[in-house]
Amino acid sequence: MRHVDEYRDPTSVQAVARLIQETARRRWTLMEVCGGQTHSILKFGLDELLPSTVNLVHGPGCPVCVTPLALIDRAVAIASRPDVSFCSFGDMLRVPGSETDLLKVKASGGDVRIVYSPLDALRLAREHPEKKVVFFAVGFETTAPANAMAVSRAAAEGVSNFSVLVAHVLVPPALEALLGSGDVAIQGLLAPGHVCTVTGYRDYEPLSARYRVPIVVTGFEPLDLLKGVLAAVAQLERGEHRVENQYPRAVVRDGNPQAVRMIEDVFVVSDRSWRGVGEIPRSGYALAPKYGRFDAEKIFDVGGLQASEPEECRSGLVLQGRLRPTECPEFGTRCTPEHPLGATMVSSEGACAAYFHYGRARLEAAERPELSRAHTTSVTGH
Amino acid sequence: MCLAVPGKVIGIEGEGELRMGRVDFSGVQRQACLAYVPEVTIGDYVLVHVGFAISRIDEQAARETLAALKEMGELAELDTSAAGAADGSEKPDATR
Ligand code: SF4
Repeated sequence: MRHVDEYRDPTSVQAVARLIQETARRRWTLMEVCGGQTHSILKFGLDELLPSTVNLVHGPGCPVCVTPLALIDRAVAIASRPDVSFCSFGDMLRVPGSETDLLKVKASGGDVRIVYSPLDALRLAREHPEKKVVFFAVGFETTAPANAMAVSRAAAEGVSNFSVLVAHVLVPPALEALLGSGDVAIQGLLAPGHVCTVTGYRDYEPLSARYRVPIVVTGFEPLDLLKGVLAAVAQLERGEHRVENQYPRAVVRDGNPQAVRMIEDVFVVSDRSWRGVGEIPRSGYALAPKYGRFDAEKIFDVGGLQASEPEECRSGLVLQGRLRPTECPEFGTRCTPEHPLGATMVSSEGACAAYFHYGRARLEAAERPELSRAHTTSVTGH
Repeated sequence: MCLAVPGKVIGIEGEGELRMGRVDFSGVQRQACLAYVPEVTIGDYVLVHVGFAISRIDEQAARETLAALKEMGELAELDTSAAGAADGSEKPDATR
């Protein structure tokens, strides 16, 4: 077992899709929370396999997309300093700030580097004591143990030229805000499997009870996603609502205790502003006071930088499942992955980028039948 | 961004926060921090995210999931032969 191909078997994919069709007697709208799931759904064409009774809308689960403009501007201000090496995951570089983005800072001579892991940034700091190395600590719960470990190690080893610009966000408070707003027509949720590997799914239980929605912890492969949809639809048809774990090979109810302990040592829960959505109480992490000396916002005094979102981008609505990317008037015209107006068009997991990428491939396929056949067999590929 | 990739642990060194592993992802090998999966031994599969193993893959649970999927496949076969029709591609809405 390699834990990949087994979950892409086309015969099983068709079988589960058929079971969904038979199970769904009424119309249901489900939201997959995580941008990685959105990406898989469009990549494998799962939305097209589903019966017309089951509608998938896409959720806020792309940390790159929800990082507020003001934080991008702060990152740009820090990265532009001659004494700084600014390290980031690749997807953040092209996210537009108010004036510019990190990639342009790099092109005009700034020391901006893409790293695979926060530990790479820490290593750079160790090797270059003359530089101030700043890591852009973006992410959901999934990424928090890694980023927390980098800070913890820096403290343990006394690496004083390392700091982090924290933009950590949490899934349950965002879902609470979404469900609590009352005007989003979602009957069930596919919870983000990799977030739950870290924090488990206890925090989703009160949400499921309060808003009477099935919440199904779901993985990322085609069969994982379809099983998640089937479980949610089956609950809805039976009039049930509870948290169900459809990703048991990776997720247990309490999550990963070692990772949670590290997160709780390094971070404290704080209010966070979400790009396009606004401030959500207790929806992210900030550094715990004892690690305050690693806080790049304080070190470089950029906390005062504020910014307002450009009006033409509707990513806030897209991130809340209220607007399909293709319904945005700018989609594919003024806004493309080469010239993105909003972060949901930049990040590979942003819904706008996913629609652009795979939607365009589909349009071409419709025009050319031989490609169309290739597309329908794509569940076996990659 | 929350992408985590399954790989097989083929080597382990160090302990505690410094416990590192060599992980094989279908032929491509990388280092990953194993501090959060102390129970992992060589030969186990882990989910790796930004250089950190965040979960050990439970082989037993994986086998049960695959068995359930197989059963669903067989059920669907029966249903199809009983009811005819149903190719599962009911949503030709190309505008989406
Ligand atoms: S298509 Fe572009 S402008 Fe429209 S919501 Fe998406 S990112 Fe914003």
